[in-house]
Amino acid sequence: MRYLPLSDNDRADMLARIGVDTIDELFADIPEAVRLEELTTLPRRKTEMQVERQLSAMANKNVSAGSLPFFVGAGAYKHHVPATVDHLIQRSEFLTSYTPYQPEITQGTLQALFEFQTQVTNLTGMEVANASMYDGSTGTAEAVLMAHRITRKKKAVLSGGLHPQYREVVEGVSAKLPGASVVALPADPAGTEDILAQIDDATSCVVVQSPSFYGQLIDLKPIVEKAHKHKALLISVFTEVVSLGLLESPGAQGADIVVGEGQSIGNPLTFGGPYVGLFATRQKYIRNMPGRVCGETVDAEGKRGFVLTLSTREQHIRRDKATSNICTNSGLCSLAFTIHMTLLGGKGLARLARINHMNAVALADALSAVEGVELLNSAYFNEFTIRTPKNAQDVIEALAVKGVLGGLPVCRLDKSGGDIDNLIVVASTEVNTDEDRAAYAQALKEVLA
Amino acid sequence: MTMNHQGRQTRAGKAGPPMPHQTFTGNKALDMEEPLVFEIGHMDSCGVDLDEPIDFVPRLGNHMRGEPVNLPALSEPETMRHYVRMSRNNYAIDSGLYPLGSCTMKHNPRLNEKMARLPGFADIHPLQPISTVPGAFELISELADWLMKLTGTNAVAMSPKAGAHGEQCGMMSIKHAIAAKGEERSIVLVPESAHGTNPATAALVGYKVVSIPAREDGTVAVEAVIEKIEAHAGQVAALMLTNPNTCGLFEPEVIDIANAIHEAGGYFYCDGANFNAIVGKAKPGDLGIDAMHINLHKTFSTPHGGGGPGSGPVVLSDRLAPYAPLPFIRKNGDKLEVVETMDQLKDGEQPFGRMTAFFGQMGMYVRALSYMQSHGSDGLRQASEDAVLNANYVRVGLQDLMTLPFGVKPCMHEVLFDDSFLNDTGVSTLDFAKAMIDEGYHPMTMYFPLVVSGAMLIEPTESESRASLDLFVATMRDLVMSAKAGEKDRFEGAPFLAPRRRLDETAAARKPVLKWVAPEPTRVEPELA
Repeated sequence: MRYLPLSDNDRADMLARIGVDTIDELFADIPEAVRLEELTTLPRRKTEMQVERQLSAMANKNVSAGSLPFFVGAGAYKHHVPATVDHLIQRSEFLTSYTPYQPEITQGTLQALFEFQTQVTNLTGMEVANASMYDGSTGTAEAVLMAHRITRKKKAVLSGGLHPQYREVVEGVSAKLPGASVVALPADPAGTEDILAQIDDATSCVVVQSPSFYGQLIDLKPIVEKAHKHKALLISVFTEVVSLGLLESPGAQGADIVVGEGQSIGNPLTFGGPYVGLFATRQKYIRNMPGRVCGETVDAEGKRGFVLTLSTREQHIRRDKATSNICTNSGLCSLAFTIHMTLLGGKGLARLARINHMNAVALADALSAVEGVELLNSAYFNEFTIRTPKNAQDVIEALAVKGVLGGLPVCRLDKSGGDIDNLIVVASTEVNTDEDRAAYAQALKEVLA
Repeated sequence: MTMNHQGRQTRAGKAGPPMPHQTFTGNKALDMEEPLVFEIGHMDSCGVDLDEPIDFVPRLGNHMRGEPVNLPALSEPETMRHYVRMSRNNYAIDSGLYPLGSCTMKHNPRLNEKMARLPGFADIHPLQPISTVPGAFELISELADWLMKLTGTNAVAMSPKAGAHGEQCGMMSIKHAIAAKGEERSIVLVPESAHGTNPATAALVGYKVVSIPAREDGTVAVEAVIEKIEAHAGQVAALMLTNPNTCGLFEPEVIDIANAIHEAGGYFYCDGANFNAIVGKAKPGDLGIDAMHINLHKTFSTPHGGGGPGSGPVVLSDRLAPYAPLPFIRKNGDKLEVVETMDQLKDGEQPFGRMTAFFGQMGMYVRALSYMQSHGSDGLRQASEDAVLNANYVRVGLQDLMTLPFGVKPCMHEVLFDDSFLNDTGVSTLDFAKAMIDEGYHPMTMYFPLVVSGAMLIEPTESESRASLDLFVATMRDLVMSAKAGEKDRFEGAPFLAPRRRLDETAAARKPVLKWVAPEPTRVEPELA
């Protein structure tokens, strides 16, 4: 087996050195009744070429986003990632290193995390950020738990603009704790819900996504004001980090915790994971923050260096009193984010964001021009929602047959029926061309005719 | 000789005395100091060429930001050099033996990376029409099949994002199953030797943790479990047990322990962090487990990436299978049905909810399946055997000089020493570990598990050759002899040769500096100006 360096001679010599006759003597503690001889139900070893052939055959059954006009977003976005990023994250020293527990020999990872945290705080307009979460959805659930710890209250109010699957994750994790409750508002495509009415003294936190799941931009300031009046925290969520290049930051609007999906910068779609959760908050809350944190310090010779810090919040020290059970974060994805962000800089991000918005506006215009199609959003970034006269699921399937992946029919995730069944969330990024947009508009026209 | 056409050939000559001065740059030849990107970046340039957007009327309402985000950029060559230089300050599996016990730093095959980057896997969207991604569900389903067959179970929840997330998924399934029976239970039993994530997870899911002491031989006695079950009669929801345990030992009474917890109406959660020791040798399902997460980044070689991303699918017993979270794939003959919302459920399916958006760590699934197919059932079994063989080879190489806390006996895939061999040397476990760095090794896991004093947990993995192990053992022996000979200078203040000396972690925690802030412009005194 090509990954195993020991030869049969090595094995025999080593067993002799250990003082046993057979390898099974080393497994003697396994009760005899359950010891296995062979796993006959699974295939035997394969050469590199055979594996490549088999997995490629599976991959080839999938329609990749780059192979056709592609407009699906809703929490994961098709962007162009510079070749430099993927090359650098495959450096052995980054790829095959562990969590930096020995800082003297892991300054590479630690310095990258420190750069990552600085980038995330600047993007979100917050004071501190952690070294990443698994993704945006799990980060949102952790943010709610953090708010509960800080406010010592347990009612979370979720906007109807929150990604339906994010809502489900929050409900799954936090609503099942003793005394905890979640008030989830119904779907809010146009951003017209009255969330203020839901906030009261029992409220621990208000969770608002902007741009919303439906693409609508939401003004956080009045919600922040009401939340703070009731000693509740405002958790601002985003799924499209590129939007921060053009939009006023959640921090500037007064958010207390900002959590979002960082996939768009540096990371491919990969069918939903691995991604990278961004998590930022105010300085005063850092000891309640979940996840790994990297901090600056000096070594014995006074040279600047970086270490994992504030670990007294964490599971390996605090065990059942920890702020979270999170152990691994999303190291390599955060590295990809940092490298891509370094290539872009603030100015490049602003331009990238502008191109995204420009493309979305052009697409919205082209689709709204199709008879019967209605655009629901008054303000949006690179994603918006349209209402079609036919069932959205059928429309999307029909578009796929015509070679256009036209977005997400909302009813795939939200089964509340009614108007929802006719809504499509559509995204357009820098990868879309004029031809893509024309193809979409034409195909939609034919499907709706 | 083809070198040095332009000048004279060099000769080694005499070494002479060591260099008497610091370098101007602070660099030491290949060991280079690299500033932060914020100190060397440019505010007015960009490392990505982007088209100039045309003029158009924005639809951003009043949400536009005034100034661009305050972050500098580097051009492509500068970016490349910046991160390559940083990378060289990292230890990695690819550069040396990485014996972190419980972490399983095995070789990460590059075929896996290549497969994960096929456009049919890397460039597909989790919410594009299901009809356009049959290969994705086929892959998930095949990986699930391997996991179930290797563990002897009939169900697996694929979506958890890491080991701890898998624990959470397993414990939530248990909580839901108990509630479905109309019961309420408040306690989870966790042995003292457990990973910190176990008690943290139990607490996160809303349980009170009751600790089970380890007995003298480092394993858990069924009597100790029964004692706690009886002390909290009717209240014990589950036992969380790592097997093989964190002392590197297989729990010999695991089947009796499973029976005891089942008889008390509770569930057996097994922490699968150490499954890599027994793949193909025993099936956890046969041991009576109800739920066990599998760290794809440990047992199945997906890269650790400097701290993730991981992936932690959870296999479930038939008793817990109905409560597996959304989404899941239902097999209907040869057809795969994707279930991602509650309205798609059939009789008996009662998911507790959802762990994450989308379908989990697809990129890691591809890598893990590539690894499994490469090894096959025979190779996986061989890998476990080699991992155990290598750990025992290290054990016998060191057991006369270092101390085994539970006496001389075989271990599984990792060997645990305590620090009593350092008694009276003035050298601590930490000092000893830091001295290993100067010798070119990443230290083993230290001070874990908590049940022995100054723990040193060594896991060489199956990826090490015999020559590599021989050198490691010889190095460790030399260090031990040195410590025993009173050569404290080799340990105190080590490492001496790493990119950084020992770092002040206390100062870092006391006054946390968690981001770069531009220095205040230096004030120039008028009379000096």
